[in-house]
Amino acid sequence: MTGDLFRLTIAAARDLLARREISAQELTRACLDRIAEVDRRLNAFITLCPSEAFAQAAAADERLARGDAPALCGIPLAIKDIYLTRGVRTTCASKILGNFVPPYDATVIARLREAGAIFLGKANMDEFAMGSSSENSAFGPTRNPYDLTRVAGGSSGGSAAAVAADECIAALGTDTGGSIREPASFCGVFGIKPTWSRVSRYGVIAFASSLDQVGPFTKTARDAAILLNTLAGVDPHDSTCAARPVPDYERALTGDLRGLMIGVPREYFVAGMAREVEDSIRAALKQYEALGATTVEVTLPHTDYAIATYYILATAEASANLARYDGIRYGLRVPGDNNIELYNRTRAQGFGAEVKRRIMLGTFALSSGYYDAYYLKAQKVRTLIRRDFERAFERCDLIATPVAPTTAFKLGEKMADPLQMYLSDIFTISVNLAGLPGLSIPCGYDSAGMPIGLQLIGPPFDEETMLRAADAYETSGALTRRPPAV
Amino acid sequence: MSDHRIDLEQVRHVARLARLELSAEEERSLAADLSAIVSYIDKLNQLDTANVEPTTQVAEAGTPTRDDVVTNQPASAQMLANAPARQDNLFLVPKIIE
Repeated sequence: MTGDLFRLTIAAARDLLARREISAQELTRACLDRIAEVDRRLNAFITLCPSEAFAQAAAADERLARGDAPALCGIPLAIKDIYLTRGVRTTCASKILGNFVPPYDATVIARLREAGAIFLGKANMDEFAMGSSSENSAFGPTRNPYDLTRVAGGSSGGSAAAVAADECIAALGTDTGGSIREPASFCGVFGIKPTWSRVSRYGVIAFASSLDQVGPFTKTARDAAILLNTLAGVDPHDSTCAARPVPDYERALTGDLRGLMIGVPREYFVAGMAREVEDSIRAALKQYEALGATTVEVTLPHTDYAIATYYILATAEASANLARYDGIRYGLRVPGDNNIELYNRTRAQGFGAEVKRRIMLGTFALSSGYYDAYYLKAQKVRTLIRRDFERAFERCDLIATPVAPTTAFKLGEKMADPLQMYLSDIFTISVNLAGLPGLSIPCGYDSAGMPIGLQLIGPPFDEETMLRAADAYETSGALTRRPPAV
Repeated sequence: MSDHRIDLEQVRHVARLARLELSAEEERSLAADLSAIVSYIDKLNQLDTANVEPTTQVAEAGTPTRDDVVTNQPASAQMLANAPARQDNLFLVPKIIE
């Protein structure tokens, strides 16, 4: 078989590989050739690991030949550079990690390895996952495959762009305040943030531990279900990881939406949203009604306080998590006359501007005299935000909103004003504060041809309903997907 | 939006706590950025939270315990492989006692 193998979905590649019509090595070669062709323009990757990838592909082909292929055998993936990958440089897009080569794998990386997946390389991102545009990378910004003058979104912009531009079959990202869903929306692919604690965070470089969650970027809803089957589940290395059994998410894709109640929060349709985004979301809701679902207005009254709450809690947790970068055990070291000077200088030269800004804000919020007024206050408002969702889910099975108020913005447009950048996460951040699963579905294009994303939010641990609804919408043919011309 | 000024003195204090050496230019821009962000965040004071419990994490169960057994083997060579400075089996740091 010839042709554009890199355009395959996981489900399609899985069938072709199982029937031995293509080999894992051919598929890996096709993806790496595609990367060589387009990534100079996109900058979706920080590090490529072709020799490791071909070794994995050769092993996958042997297993396929023996007929004992595991779930993801021979599927080439891009991995956000926040995951520890044994023997492959991991930077978190920061100078402070220097040439750090992890001595062990993150749990999800080990699981993907065991499932036969192939790692093409490490995807670009905002430094330490702090950003909404992937412009805060020490390795330069990722560009949007639909328009190279626009951002890919962030923080997992490299993963989103790599999937959209068919540089890989699927990718891994992480989501602390929207870092999977927003770039998925900006790049026109599927991105899912599972329930907090559904997937292990062991070996995922920590930003804000009570909010961080692992998730896939894929070309279809079915592929997201397939990947989540391997990613989810209890991990003895992460005591916060839920001990619940993992359902077969792919089997949940029945296409049947009869009786499904979709809540539409009135607070999410407000001034400031691009007209074309709102029209596209409304059309998607109509399509859901045509498919047998019912929509009902719900209210999430504390929505307006989510960004303020998030930027206290996330930065406070980050200031503690990033205290470990001290120039002693790994990463960059800038010499000083004593230890304190060494720490101060290493951190000054190793961290970028946004990371410093967030460490400062978080340290301020936790400092003596401000803890109760900021940190404790934000934890209490977090409770109010959670309760909003609990009440809303008494009336509906899923909540539907836009992913972002606009389509992808221009490179540089929001870099001078951190607060404006923070506000681009307005529709995704509450989901992390409440610990809920959320997903971005491509649902349209604006008049400039930029993708628009619909967000579905589920109750805790109901990824099945969310994926079923995403798959039903996608396979109904409501949207003709337009691959980017990179 | 309230107007909450963070002055240079506060920026220097917080930078000391955060172990960050800042240039004069960074101090000035952080004072401006943090003032704007904290002024925005002050909107939380519009909410009465006197009788609201704080959320520290959203997991369903408490923290599980495990048996106190060693599961990883000593691997000091691997752990030292990324050290910026080392001597024998040790991380090397500047002298801290005169």
